[in-house]
Amino acid sequence: MEWTDDGIVLGVRRHGESAAIVELLTRSHGRHLGLVRGGAGSRMRPLLQPGNSVNALWRARLDEHLGTYVLEGTRMRAASLLASSHATYGVTHLAALARLLPERDPHEGMFAMLERTLDDFDSAGGAAIHLVRFELAMLTELGFGLDLSACAATGATADLIYVSPKSGGAVSRQAGEPWRDRLLPLPPFLRAINDEQNCWSEQDLLDGFELTGRFLLRYVLEPRGQGHSDARAGFINAVVRKRAAAIPEGARTGAGEGRASS
Amino acid sequence: MPTAVTGPEIDRLIQLLARLPGLGPRSARRAALHLIKKREALMTPLAGALQVAIDRIRVCETCGNIDTRSPCTVCTDARRDPSIIVVVADVADLWALERAGATNGFYHVLGATLSPLDGVGPQDLTIDALVSRAHDPRVAEIVLALNATVDGQTTAHYITDLLGDANVKVTRLAHGVPVGGELDYLDEGTLSAAMRQRTLF
Repeated sequence: MEWTDDGIVLGVRRHGESAAIVELLTRSHGRHLGLVRGGAGSRMRPLLQPGNSVNALWRARLDEHLGTYVLEGTRMRAASLLASSHATYGVTHLAALARLLPERDPHEGMFAMLERTLDDFDSAGGAAIHLVRFELAMLTELGFGLDLSACAATGATADLIYVSPKSGGAVSRQAGEPWRDRLLPLPPFLRAINDEQNCWSEQDLLDGFELTGRFLLRYVLEPRGQGHSDARAGFINAVVRKRAAAIPEGARTGAGEGRASS
Repeated sequence: MPTAVTGPEIDRLIQLLARLPGLGPRSARRAALHLIKKREALMTPLAGALQVAIDRIRVCETCGNIDTRSPCTVCTDARRDPSIIVVVADVADLWALERAGATNGFYHVLGATLSPLDGVGPQDLTIDALVSRAHDPRVAEIVLALNATVDGQTTAHYITDLLGDANVKVTRLAHGVPVGGELDYLDEGTLSAAMRQRTLF
């Protein structure tokens, strides 16, 4: 068996004296592990850092074998990510999220999204938006997608500003008004049909993380006996701190000061 | 069917030696044979040294270093600068820094770095003890001498967050071109980090 594919390094585990078992999220073969000979050595270590993109050649005698990888770096992001706290926390959290995907099951959409998210880690705010969207996409990919396209109560597609904590469906302003205290806010950048989907305030970011975090915990993590990683909390704190340092308090509370490429 | 060549005692010795880093079954067999041949000159002193190590070696309750006493030799050295604590992931890193004579400060050994893949969380490291040491008024600087890996730097950022209310300067090792490194052979990430952290010449 043999194939070649693009991949992103999610994690590395030392195997014996000099080899390493490398976990990649590949474009067409999903989350896939393989042995890298010499992977524990100093020559390979810079390449085998989470977040780096590689071209992978996988070989095994039988399809169900672990197999061996021959890797060549195509985009070495890790070294540039190490400098900032939000980037290191973010990469760690993204790798932990990607690890929730079933092994050897292709998820081309998630691969493209992970690649785009990692490429846009320079700005803390932009990275945060990408991360919330990644968490939302992860819920969908695992079969627990939230329906944010129409109001769960009336079917309306306009003015969707809440999410039902029970069903995960969007709720319009009018239908949700009587239960506004119990509903979760739907930040503008997650609304499906909205020309302001790239604008956000700090509160929108926190609302986004609260929304995806709650459903990830309920549907994905708790059934597996897990909780949110420390890296997620570290990422949110780092983003909030950086935005606080960069933007005056008055501007932070107003909407629309941030912009992320979608 | 292969027949046993040696008794179970020698087999056991070979099996244990094969567990050492750098030794496989074949080299463990050679080492065992060498020990047996040099029974008085090597095997007996080695067994004695191992027994002494078992009896006397302990982990320093202050910094996490390995020594025959606690607090360890480093922590009781009055010539060291009490204003600096160098944080390392492992005792091997502490020994490497001491070999290099790179610092005259005290150390703190975390025990590992944060790694979700390996299930290592903050509770598995000696971070609480470090935070408590950082609040000592004599300490002015915490140097985070952790690996330039995603795990190492995530740990560094995590510790920096926790030290926010301590009145200390938090620094970390520079990343860049190693001595003897040729630019042509460096990965682009290291090169761009070196370029970003360039210093006045």
